[in-house]
Amino acid sequence: MQIRPILSTLRHHKLTATLLTLQVAFTCAIVCNVAFMVAKRVQRISVPTGIAENELSVIHSVGIGKGENMQARQTTDLAALRAIPGVRSAAAVSYSLPLNQNESSSGICPSKQALDRAIQLNSIDGSGCVQPALYDGTPGLIVTLGLHLVAGRDFLPGEYVSKGKPAVAIVTRALAEKLYPGRPALGQNMYDGDNFIRIVGIVDTLLRPALRKPGVDADSMIWPQRPDDTGVTYVLRSAPQDRQRVLTAAEAALLQANPNRIVDPQQMQTYTQIRRGYFQRDTTMIGLLIASALGLLFVTALGIAGLANFWVQQRTRSIGIRRAIGATRGDILHYFQAENFLIVTAGVAIGALLAIGLNLLLMTQYELPRLPLWYLPVGALALWALGQLSVLSPARRAAAVQPVVATRSV
Amino acid sequence: MLGYYLDLAWRSLKRNRVLTALMVLAIALGIGASMTMITVLHVMTADPIPGRSGQLFYPQVDPRPMDSDNTTPDPPDQLTWIDAMNLLHASEGVHKVAMSGGRVTVIPPQGASHAFFVPLRSTTADFFPMFDVPFVDGSGWTARDDEQRSRVAVIARDLADKLYGTPHAVGRMLQLGKYAFRVVGVIDQWNPSPHFYDLGMGNYTNQPEQVYLPLHAGLDLKLSTYNSITCWGGGYFPDDNDMRKATACGWMTLWVELDTPAQVAAYREFLVNYSEQQKALGRFARSPNTRLRDVMAWLDYNHVLPGSVQLQTLLALGFLLVCLVNTVAMLLVKFLRRGGELSVRRAMGASKRAVFAQLLVEASLVGAAGGVAGLLLAALGLWIVRQQPVEYAALAHMDGAMLGATIALAVCATLLAALFPAWRACRIVPARLLKTQ
Repeated sequence: MQIRPILSTLRHHKLTATLLTLQVAFTCAIVCNVAFMVAKRVQRISVPTGIAENELSVIHSVGIGKGENMQARQTTDLAALRAIPGVRSAAAVSYSLPLNQNESSSGICPSKQALDRAIQLNSIDGSGCVQPALYDGTPGLIVTLGLHLVAGRDFLPGEYVSKGKPAVAIVTRALAEKLYPGRPALGQNMYDGDNFIRIVGIVDTLLRPALRKPGVDADSMIWPQRPDDTGVTYVLRSAPQDRQRVLTAAEAALLQANPNRIVDPQQMQTYTQIRRGYFQRDTTMIGLLIASALGLLFVTALGIAGLANFWVQQRTRSIGIRRAIGATRGDILHYFQAENFLIVTAGVAIGALLAIGLNLLLMTQYELPRLPLWYLPVGALALWALGQLSVLSPARRAAAVQPVVATRSV
Repeated sequence: MLGYYLDLAWRSLKRNRVLTALMVLAIALGIGASMTMITVLHVMTADPIPGRSGQLFYPQVDPRPMDSDNTTPDPPDQLTWIDAMNLLHASEGVHKVAMSGGRVTVIPPQGASHAFFVPLRSTTADFFPMFDVPFVDGSGWTARDDEQRSRVAVIARDLADKLYGTPHAVGRMLQLGKYAFRVVGVIDQWNPSPHFYDLGMGNYTNQPEQVYLPLHAGLDLKLSTYNSITCWGGGYFPDDNDMRKATACGWMTLWVELDTPAQVAAYREFLVNYSEQQKALGRFARSPNTRLRDVMAWLDYNHVLPGSVQLQTLLALGFLLVCLVNTVAMLLVKFLRRGGELSVRRAMGASKRAVFAQLLVEASLVGAAGGVAGLLLAALGLWIVRQQPVEYAALAHMDGAMLGATIALAVCATLLAALFPAWRACRIVPARLLKTQ
């Protein structure tokens, strides 16, 4: 295959070739960045919460009668809920669950000295203190959520409190390693400014109710503290296919146990719905990004095919002449394929630079991370494939031109 | 002449239908995608209270102690009860309104077992005239009702229909938890977007308030639900849910109407003086740290427009750019290919300008077709946006202005794309081209 004649032809069509190159370059730049954004969001929405997600359902109840004993109410409610066929375990929490956005957090330090340091620094950064998410709940929460204890034990019945702070806590592995790097965290006494709280257990993963940034999303702590408000959230664990039925039965059971309450239908969800709701914007955005990337590639393919089509028509006579003086069909086919390859190569070369530029712009505007460089060769491969595919049909039409055309006048 | 050009353009476009269809499709895709996003951007950045947004101001003061939260130089977003009351009763400002939002239990005539929650706003009498709230029946309460803690309520039309089956509910009794309120006004559908006067409910809420109560009467219900509370050193949530006792928490919102720049300047000065006076009294620890923003500046400060919408718009414009480059290339080959025909026209006396005009007419025909197709695609795009369960979804509608803008953008963009190819095509020397034929 000789490149020289192709280049000299392209020089005659300098403008059109430049425009096509530009189009490929823009497409390459945008598609590389869009693919990167999609990858980032897919990574975000597939973060594990650490709980038995597809076995959980959640129902929220608010008592509207005055002067009720909340603890007694919960005990009766939980007994009624556990009696529902299919419910394997149940627990009550105040409001926090992973990814349900109702977060309460509290500053905690590995020691009293660390807190003094934090006060001195006037910031918790660098003091060793952290701001984990705080979960509470009735006995049975660890089992109901399906949390995986990697060290220590669950709470003992005597450790639960209703008002005030408990003396013990269970923390996530991420939090344990952050508070006591290189040391066993089990049995250590954390300090929250007033009290010491001993770590009695460590769970593998428990995500926060609202994500902040990757480094702190798994910093959570569970307190043996029973919910103490008129509003309470019940968590039910059942087989995945039973969840909808269990929820309906749970609403009826709660209203039967005490009609003086509001069970908000909007807060009666399977955990899968909660998770989907949390990432709704991300999934919408992923769909939009993919649609626009495909649209771009489609338009570029249209452009390549349209121009190639035109060039073939324009050059019918010269193709005929080449065929008449001995070029094979394959030669003609390869000619157009090579021409397309050259244009796309020039396009992706400029496109790679544009992609990096666009990424830098997005990094300053939208706090996007740096584009990994391997996206560029992958993008180039995709555009080469796209170019070859779209030029195939016009190139074959060119190869089908009969040598006799050369003898006819146009 | 235009008729002749149109005729020529039509013939030329018909001659190469595939290329024409490709061009129209490319423009339609670009226009459809960008107009969808521009429309969303347009409705989301719209002024929620046109004509008045420049006169309504949101004051902030800084009551935080020295040792708490030094990460942000900005004062807290909301006011403490004491500051809100001091600013409300000060003589500065034409109209003022203090408010707080939450949730309240409504017990319908059918009984407590049918009770439900609705969003509540506890506010002062000026709320309704200041924000131009439309009434279907009755009116707002008076300043006297505010002082006397009267048990009166203004409700939304939806709630009136639901409870009483009619929007004319003035005089009816409304049971909220243990207390009964007399309905004095029913407001028509009203949900400013963004929900500027209290962003604690979400920037774009599709569940606006259903019940409005005089500030003190509303707070006397001692509901445990508040839209947003920020506490600092020593702040706590009081046991009886009465936030008025929480001295170190911001949870009140105040809006001030200031009609002239002189009033604005005076009010800014007043806020500084007030802070100094409070510092002298020992309530404030910091030197005066005040802000006074109008509606649009307040929305801007709170980054009300989601970053994802900006990003999508940017993406859609990039898409349009690629489509336009595509169109330039296609028009270029199309025009250059017609060198022969154009040469004949030139040789027979048509001026360069006339040939140029003819080519632009052809391009604008393509642009208009692309615009109409793009409009259909944008309508489809907006329909898809409305199906998304995000709170601003319901706003995504195209108005007349955007409709015209779509077609104009399509034609302008195509004309722009055609300028260079048409100019190139006009530069050919007729004699040489005619000779080689």
